[in-house]
Amino acid sequence: MAETRRTNSGPGRLLIAVYLLFAIAATSRAGLQIATKFDEAPVAYLLSALAALIYIVAAVGLARAGHTGRRVALVCCSVELVGVVAVGVLSLVDRELFPDETVWSQFGSGYGYIPLVLPVLGLFWLWRTRHDHA
Amino acid sequence: MGPVTSVGTDSPVDGIVATVPIVLSLLVAAWALVAAVRHRPPDRVQFVGLAVLEVALLVLGVLALVAVGGGEQPGEPGAFFGYLVTLVCLPPLAWVLARMEPTRWGSAIVCAVCLVTPVVVVRLQQTWEVLGG
Repeated sequence: MAETRRTNSGPGRLLIAVYLLFAIAATSRAGLQIATKFDEAPVAYLLSALAALIYIVAAVGLARAGHTGRRVALVCCSVELVGVVAVGVLSLVDRELFPDETVWSQFGSGYGYIPLVLPVLGLFWLWRTRHDHA
Repeated sequence: MGPVTSVGTDSPVDGIVATVPIVLSLLVAAWALVAAVRHRPPDRVQFVGLAVLEVALLVLGVLALVAVGGGEQPGEPGAFFGYLVTLVCLPPLAWVLARMEPTRWGSAIVCAVCLVTPVVVVRLQQTWEVLGG
């Protein structure tokens, strides 16, 4: 309470660290899938690539703090939340759509459901620090 | 001669070379968690632990490369080397972020990264053993 916080310090730095880990995981998975077997499941692999991009941009947004950084992070976390829920539902309803696993399949169950929790934490953190950035 | 046994037993990333970094990583994670709960910034033990963990991971990596150099092949080469590169980058990442954040949250970062490391070690083993499955 007493301390003023920006999105890139304190718990925010932990959040950025986890975002970085997911950026690495999603980027390498997407890179590998697209490079070696793109034809097998183009939708799933492009989605992996999109997820990877979002994790990277969100991490940068949170790390840069400031007005633009916050807005970028807000957009990324929102898209991420919508994405993980939509893909989670779609992957349950129609398995044909995503024949290969993505970071977001089954609500991110392959990654301990952290992909589902992460955008919520990100949005919560942006909300908690909303008065501190001016 | 003799029947073909499981490919997994020949894995260079199995046994003690993998167990040591996994146990080390979990020990550092537990220590860092205690520090985070007690509002303590990353201490010497955490940084030394990260350094020792990095050495253990480099030993694992070198043994894997020696095995590959000797003609052995991981089940999924692309994924295997991806995990290997990621793995040796994890302790330095935790180190840098913990240095930037000298609060309890620095300890929390060390804890988080040290919880991810064993998972990556296990994934590394799985990408080697795919051929046996």
